[in-house]
Amino acid sequence: MWSMFFPFGRRRATEDRADEPVLDRRPLPLRRATGNRLAVIGFAMLIFFLLFSFVGPLVYRTNQDVISLVDANQPPSAAHLLGTDANGFDQLGRLMKGGQTSLEIGLFAAVVAVTIGTLWGTVAALSNKTVDSIMMRVVDVFLSVPFLFVVLILAVTFVPSVLSLSLVIGGFSWQVPARLVHSEVLILREQDFISAARIAGTPPWRLIIRHLVPNTLGVVIVNMTFQVADAILAVAYVGFLGFGLQFPDVDWGDMLSDGMQYMQAGYWWLVYPAGVCIVLTVVALNFIGDAARDATDVRLRHR
Amino acid sequence: MSVLVVIGVSIFVFALLHVIYPSPARDVLGLRAPQMAVDAWNKAHGYDDPAAVQYLRYVKDLLHGNLGYSYIENQSVLALFEGRMARSAYMSGISLALAVLIAIPLGVFQAVKRNSIGDLVVTSTAFTLYSMPVFFLGLLLIQVFALSLPVFSFQASQSTSLLTVIADWHAMTLPIATMTLISVAAFSRYMRSSSMDVLAQDYIRVARAKGLPERLVLLRHLVRNASLPIVTLVGLSLPQLLTGNLITEQLFNYPGLGLLFFDSLKKADYPVLLAYTQAAAILVVAGNLIADIALSIADPRIRLR
Repeated sequence: MWSMFFPFGRRRATEDRADEPVLDRRPLPLRRATGNRLAVIGFAMLIFFLLFSFVGPLVYRTNQDVISLVDANQPPSAAHLLGTDANGFDQLGRLMKGGQTSLEIGLFAAVVAVTIGTLWGTVAALSNKTVDSIMMRVVDVFLSVPFLFVVLILAVTFVPSVLSLSLVIGGFSWQVPARLVHSEVLILREQDFISAARIAGTPPWRLIIRHLVPNTLGVVIVNMTFQVADAILAVAYVGFLGFGLQFPDVDWGDMLSDGMQYMQAGYWWLVYPAGVCIVLTVVALNFIGDAARDATDVRLRHR
Repeated sequence: MSVLVVIGVSIFVFALLHVIYPSPARDVLGLRAPQMAVDAWNKAHGYDDPAAVQYLRYVKDLLHGNLGYSYIENQSVLALFEGRMARSAYMSGISLALAVLIAIPLGVFQAVKRNSIGDLVVTSTAFTLYSMPVFFLGLLLIQVFALSLPVFSFQASQSTSLLTVIADWHAMTLPIATMTLISVAAFSRYMRSSSMDVLAQDYIRVARAKGLPERLVLLRHLVRNASLPIVTLVGLSLPQLLTGNLITEQLFNYPGLGLLFFDSLKKADYPVLLAYTQAAAILVVAGNLIADIALSIADPRIRLR
């Protein structure tokens, strides 16, 4: 069933699962089914949040433009299903708006990270030994600097927007895909179809784009789901610390940190819905990622 | 190899500093200082030298333990770090130790009772915690244990004396619990799978076959072998630990390095920010190296190249 979603995974020659722990005595199909069930739940949750954020505002129309202090901090009611925040904005509508930016940044940052990582890893693996080891040491260097620190420093320096935050987060989280693709290409480049393509006179860029990258897509897509999850968490951290998007824009982490000051007042609707949204989205992505990884037989987990 | 990475890290951090904060002149002379005065100050203090010369000077200072000077605080960065370093180390260290002490038995329990209700509960809790931002976990703990049931304080100890901080469990329980739980979530996942791998090994079967009580099989053979990956994991988890430290200190207002970083972000105090980033990166490299060495001592099958 997974090949439906991930048609790119390389099949291993033997289908023996010797590395499966022996202790699990349940039959293999049952284990597969449990994995798939979690993936289906994950997909359902993700689709729910995508619909909620992008289609929701069309159905549930709220004022998100004009501050109205008369309506500030109202508890949930029929008019405002999740109450209002300190500016009088409808909290449910705001969650949708925050979801848009969080998901957009998450997806875009992951695309940036995976693109840079794939190219970096492929080029390194195809280069001669010296260039390869220099390129992979650069990966080590970037892996050693705590990612959030750099993102925060850059968020202070530049005005954070959806685009700049995605670029910064993506630009500093390409190391793991680079490593994964690197080791994958090291194996691939020794295989006959690559030699055949080379002998046929395929230029290097074509070799990379037509032959190598498509064969690493299995690994890359698995890693990408984790990247989206991590990027959503990173946005939440930056927003929570108050260095996220500027006022009219909002993300879930931002909302949570704004609501935090009302915790002692008991305004739960300003704190928990945003937190629950972050956690559920990340859980959904991790479910999908775990199942996809098992399906494509990649035995590497990032971080 | 690690030396190369440290050199790379120092180049990276210097480049970052150089690009976004080429000279502290504006902090010293004021935002409205004439360009001539700024140029003169830069010349006098060597900030107009070629980047390579400035980099070598930066490395020389670093090797002499000079982490830079915060003109905004009018203090050397090292003086700002003093005291805070011990407080952060205490909080991170004790959470890391607790996390390892909890995660190892937990992972063994899960592997032995695989697919039981208990395993399911622990696995799903760990999975949720693993996907949870540190601050949200902290908030939940504050809500439950400080606001709903006023057992603990929602603010960490503000004392400057480390001994007072250690004694003040009322204030320190929640921040330490926050950091511990996040690490336990990550560690127990690995401990569970490594215990399952070990349980399938022949030497476990031999130990059972020769009639060793199950308790001893687990203690002597399983725990010792299954804990080995945790050594590497602790080394690898340092970046997350530092990040968690930053968030937890900000959330609980604990005056450590993380809170200093946060305050410096608000003031755009780049020397402090980059010094901490540099220190953190070196700590990460050192942590990985120590983990490798520790693993090669603990596991004779592994030889350091």
